Amino acid sequence: MADVLTANTLAGHHHNPGENYLNSPKGLMSWLGTVDHKLIGIMYLWSILFFFFVAGILALLLRIELLTPKQTIMTAEQYNQVFTLHGAIMVFLFIIPSVPAALGNFVLPLMLGAKDVAFPRLNLLSLYIYWVGALMAVGSIIFGGIDTGWTFYTPYSTTTGGAVSLMTMAVFVLGFSSIFTGVNFVATIHKLRAPGQGWFQLPLFVWSMYATALIQIMATPVLGITVLLLFMERMFHIGIFDPRIGGDPVLFQHFFWFYSHPAVYIMIVPGFAIISEIIPVFSKKTIFGYKAIAFSSVAIAIVGFLVWGHHMFVSGQSTLAGAIFSFLTFLVAIPSAVKVFNWLATMYRGSIDLSTPMLYAISFLMLFSIGGLTGIYLGAMAVDVHLHDTYFIVAHFHYVMMGGTVIAFLGGLHYWWPKMFGRMYNERLGRIGCALVFIGFNVTFFTQFILGSRGMPRRYYNYLDQFQPLHAFSTFGSWILGSGLFLTAAYLLATFRKPMDAPKNPWGGKTLEWEADSPPIEHNFDFEPVLKHGPYDFRPERPKLDEPVTHH
Amino acid sequence: MNQSLTTDVDVRGEHHLAHEAEHDSRLQHHFATFEQQFDAAKIGMWLFLATEVLLFGGLFVGFALQQAAHPLAFLEAHHHLDKRLGALNTVVLLFSSFTAVMAVWSAQHSRRKATTTYLLITLVCAAMFLVVKGFEYHHKFEEGLLPGMFYHHQGDTVPNQFIFYSFYFMMTGLHGIHVLAGMGAITWVLIRNLRGEFNSTYYSPVDLAALYWHLVDLIWIYLFPLLYLIT
Repeated sequence: MADVLTANTLAGHHHNPGENYLNSPKGLMSWLGTVDHKLIGIMYLWSILFFFFVAGILALLLRIELLTPKQTIMTAEQYNQVFTLHGAIMVFLFIIPSVPAALGNFVLPLMLGAKDVAFPRLNLLSLYIYWVGALMAVGSIIFGGIDTGWTFYTPYSTTTGGAVSLMTMAVFVLGFSSIFTGVNFVATIHKLRAPGQGWFQLPLFVWSMYATALIQIMATPVLGITVLLLFMERMFHIGIFDPRIGGDPVLFQHFFWFYSHPAVYIMIVPGFAIISEIIPVFSKKTIFGYKAIAFSSVAIAIVGFLVWGHHMFVSGQSTLAGAIFSFLTFLVAIPSAVKVFNWLATMYRGSIDLSTPMLYAISFLMLFSIGGLTGIYLGAMAVDVHLHDTYFIVAHFHYVMMGGTVIAFLGGLHYWWPKMFGRMYNERLGRIGCALVFIGFNVTFFTQFILGSRGMPRRYYNYLDQFQPLHAFSTFGSWILGSGLFLTAAYLLATFRKPMDAPKNPWGGKTLEWEADSPPIEHNFDFEPVLKHGPYDFRPERPKLDEPVTHH
Repeated sequence: MNQSLTTDVDVRGEHHLAHEAEHDSRLQHHFATFEQQFDAAKIGMWLFLATEVLLFGGLFVGFALQQAAHPLAFLEAHHHLDKRLGALNTVVLLFSSFTAVMAVWSAQHSRRKATTTYLLITLVCAAMFLVVKGFEYHHKFEEGLLPGMFYHHQGDTVPNQFIFYSFYFMMTGLHGIHVLAGMGAITWVLIRNLRGEFNSTYYSPVDLAALYWHLVDLIWIYLFPLLYLIT
């Protein structure tokens, strides 16, 4: 205790009551030039939410188009461009940066009791690079659009018109933003942990962020060189992917999925990160199998690098390669299931509080399980040949990406909203919003499993009349889903109309970010945090962490 | 003074921030000690180097596969490269890596003048490399040995040689950009050294720039046999 006092006096970060990171720097320039991880996280948050909105509107338009078997509201060419943009924006501008760069940037240093990430200026640079990449991606709509799908498969992508080159360069640029965030997190986790915080006292959020960062660092450069080669092929016909001039189009698929399959884990592992925080806090119970959850994240990161060929079962790769990739794909199910069972075991006999974040976490468990298990179907070669490029695939990855990551992101957004903005949202509306999202999501996408298994191909503009009832059902679902998300946006934004009312620790969390004020002060803590108990230590008999020094 | 700093704060950076550290602008506010800052920077640099290796790794894999698909074209095309100039550049870069190491060693021992000299030699070597590369490029341009659709070399007996030159220019070009970036980093470190910012307690920028320079060197060591010595 004496030590803590000394640190406080020496550190000398005195601040007035009511002063926090949001209001102590003033003016636009203090935001744009900041190196504070919290402000950068918030700027990331608004940016990704903007793109979530844009790509969400595109999704609603797609579903309206698919309401009838013939043209409904757009032409076939527009349809190709809209589904490409929906996918590219959701993946590169929303989901990948959503948890690490937005929420992670804000929360991770707080969880470590650090004042900032290891390289604050690199962090700001990452945000600017994201903005430049986002402008280029949006620019590609204005300069001709793209109709290749988000996967940019050759040889179509080397021959089609439009702004494919600009979009690929946007992806190249966005990759750096992702790499910089990853490098920053690894260095931060290694070197800036609070005194007493060993690797096994880290919140599981941090473990998952570590695994994510490793994938970002190891996979993204390969995507960078791939899209650069694609760009060169389009510009100068260098003869690498275009079969007419001696190139190999399947090589592009290998390169692309060598990144993009690990990228699936860049997207889902952060979802695990959030769920591992929410479930113990709202079950008031120590997490079950801490080390198993921690190591399973790392295991997924490693095995995830060895399974890319399961996207290519019908591309002409050898049957032996297919069989090996199929087997390795099944391996991923093990660490994923380890997590799910540990979360369930954590809830077992816990004192479960069904607040909005927990409702999202439970939704995640159900939706991710469906998404993960259908992934096993698709990993089996014989089944995949039948289901490849059908709506079954579309449903599967939406269950993982949206039902998994986006639902977890929404849970995390509610969980840390009081910490980020110092304001509580309307709990009743929160639960209604979550219910609408859950029902709408299932109506929209479960239907697509059935559509796919009956042979409806993905990315088709027109379809046979017999599929219309299911397509229409799916479209109605998208409206429920959309209304749930708009309701959520409305009550979250409404919190800014009232004064800051959030307590320091509204949920009774034990991780360090709940020791900071809501919202935190500019330098995070007005004392130097020293870890005295584990991140999920909910046993009542243990002595509490020393109370922080009172405000001056 | 700085020497005492690192000793009175214990390794885990526990509890007490040293007073002096607060006033040294070279120590960023979120680090407790120079040692912690140095370790973090070093981790960051190594991770960055890993991404660079993977970036070039994609090109190496692409090269290997296309060479396997067009072995004769690659063999024939590489005869137009000048092995002697390639070997000269390899020696120049290897030597510059040595001087980069010596610059770090000098900085570690607070020998400011020696650091300056070694950094300057490294810079001169880097410039020499680019000049030699420039001569080679010029020769290729003259003969029409260019990437992709620009290839117009006359008298080829084996088709598809342009694919080799696509890789040649992409790989050496990307490497050349890295040489330029390395020169920028070394110049920046040189200026800071002239200002007297480095000594035995704080020399991490010299160390990091040298690490980066070794990577630039290492990539060339792989590029040279890959492109110039096909059998």
